[in-house]
Amino acid sequence: MKLRSIVTATTLVLSAFSAQSSAKEYSGTLEKISDTGQIAIGYRESSIPFSYLNSDQKPVGYTIDLCKRIVKDIEQKLGKPIDIRYVPVNGKTRIPLIVNGTIDLECGSTTNNLTRQEQVEYLPTTFITGAKLLTKEGSQIESVADLEGKKIGLPQGSTNEKIIKAEAKRLGIKLDILPVSDHSQGFLALQTERIDAYSADHILLTGLIAKSKSPGNYKISDDFLSYDPYAIMLRRDDSAFELVGKASLAELFRSGEIETIYNKWFEPLGVEISPLLETAFRIQALPE
Amino acid sequence: MNYNWNWHVLLQEPYLQWLISGVQWTFQVAIAAWILAFSVGSVIGVMRTLPHRGLQIIAASYVELFRNIPLLVQIFLWYFVFPEIVPESFSKWLKRDMPNPEFITAAWALGLYTASRVAEQVRAGITSVAVGLAKAAYASGLSVVQCYRYILLPIAYRLVLPPLTSEFLTIFKNSSLALTIGVLELTAQSQQITEYTFQGFEAFTVATIIYVLIALLVTLIMAQLERTLKVPGFNSAERSS
Repeated sequence: MKLRSIVTATTLVLSAFSAQSSAKEYSGTLEKISDTGQIAIGYRESSIPFSYLNSDQKPVGYTIDLCKRIVKDIEQKLGKPIDIRYVPVNGKTRIPLIVNGTIDLECGSTTNNLTRQEQVEYLPTTFITGAKLLTKEGSQIESVADLEGKKIGLPQGSTNEKIIKAEAKRLGIKLDILPVSDHSQGFLALQTERIDAYSADHILLTGLIAKSKSPGNYKISDDFLSYDPYAIMLRRDDSAFELVGKASLAELFRSGEIETIYNKWFEPLGVEISPLLETAFRIQALPE
Repeated sequence: MNYNWNWHVLLQEPYLQWLISGVQWTFQVAIAAWILAFSVGSVIGVMRTLPHRGLQIIAASYVELFRNIPLLVQIFLWYFVFPEIVPESFSKWLKRDMPNPEFITAAWALGLYTASRVAEQVRAGITSVAVGLAKAAYASGLSVVQCYRYILLPIAYRLVLPPLTSEFLTIFKNSSLALTIGVLELTAQSQQITEYTFQGFEAFTVATIIYVLIALLVTLIMAQLERTLKVPGFNSAERSS
């Protein structure tokens, strides 16, 4: 009887110690993940090929693959398996949901910029693109300067909206703007000739054309209107969690495995890895 | 929660200007839609009670059609599908030459939808007027038009003023759906401020307060209207008591 109570007491003390030590070891998001055994990942429903729902309605894509890798590394760090809970987000909800703790990682096609960094933090750049103009074949529109008196669709809440408006202001052109809530709606407006041009990130426009019934009817302007580095988003002021993500990505960049993952998603679209992106990968391949 | 609150941002230009413009668009969409809803709704509501089978069927079909399709779907149908099924020249006019196509489409769709609801209120008002009154009117030699104009409608509208107030409030709230086709009303502007400043909690808090204020204002105006139009003996509260 006595022996048993000693054993129980010892076990209790030991478990209290171990609980205490794990509480000491982790804080912030890592602590939350460790406690709940779950990580919430925000995904996009139609950001092809970064993050979208496949035919089984499962989130897949380039960024999702990268996030899965990060989750694997978190599992290793915590020493236990964790579940992934997928939460759909869009251009408007992604930042509030990170900030209020609904999602821990946002794995979509989000541009890293300094204004956003007042609310959220980013992992290293995983893709580089920029805004371009999508028009119907035969259109004379090549740049913002050609948009005088034309109607252009712009995705609400995108970096594209801001740069096109700023550029038009600089050139002293009055734009007729139709704000649209997602890319497929913008494309529909262009298809039905409600607008003369639609602007979004080049890679997303490529995806839209590839999906359309008659890809030959559309063309994309040559020049980039902006510089948009995409990155995975997470909460601010949580350097321990951020470091796990940074380390997983650096590992992918170092080993060159990133190119295998890149080719898996971008080769079908015919988008080769650009020299700029390749350089970015190399620069971000920090040593251990 | 790890959020940097900054209420000051809402007072900065252009964000304050955006909020003001958003409120203006909310009012414009809601009022234009309400005028349409009230006119069409009254006609349809009266048609449902007329002693004519054909008109009754037309009016009932209108109500069932517009009441049973989600408003968001209706807005999309009017905006994207309708221009594609009309003759090409009219389609081009709708999409390009019509002034402010997003605003007009939104007000039109919202107005026709709310009309089906107003029609039901008006019908309910007319049918709740005591049957004897209409009979007495016809017996005194009044025509159908005169009977509606002088006897039924004045009582019916007074009876349904409270439920009509709810419809009027709802139209302000439903006007936020206009943002889906690109009308930058209050909700859309709040979203836009969020996107530019990432101070979404502040923007939506202010939008919420503005919506509540609009609703209170409308309630006050309608309550005043109810008092002004009151006819002793035909007040809904007095009848129910």
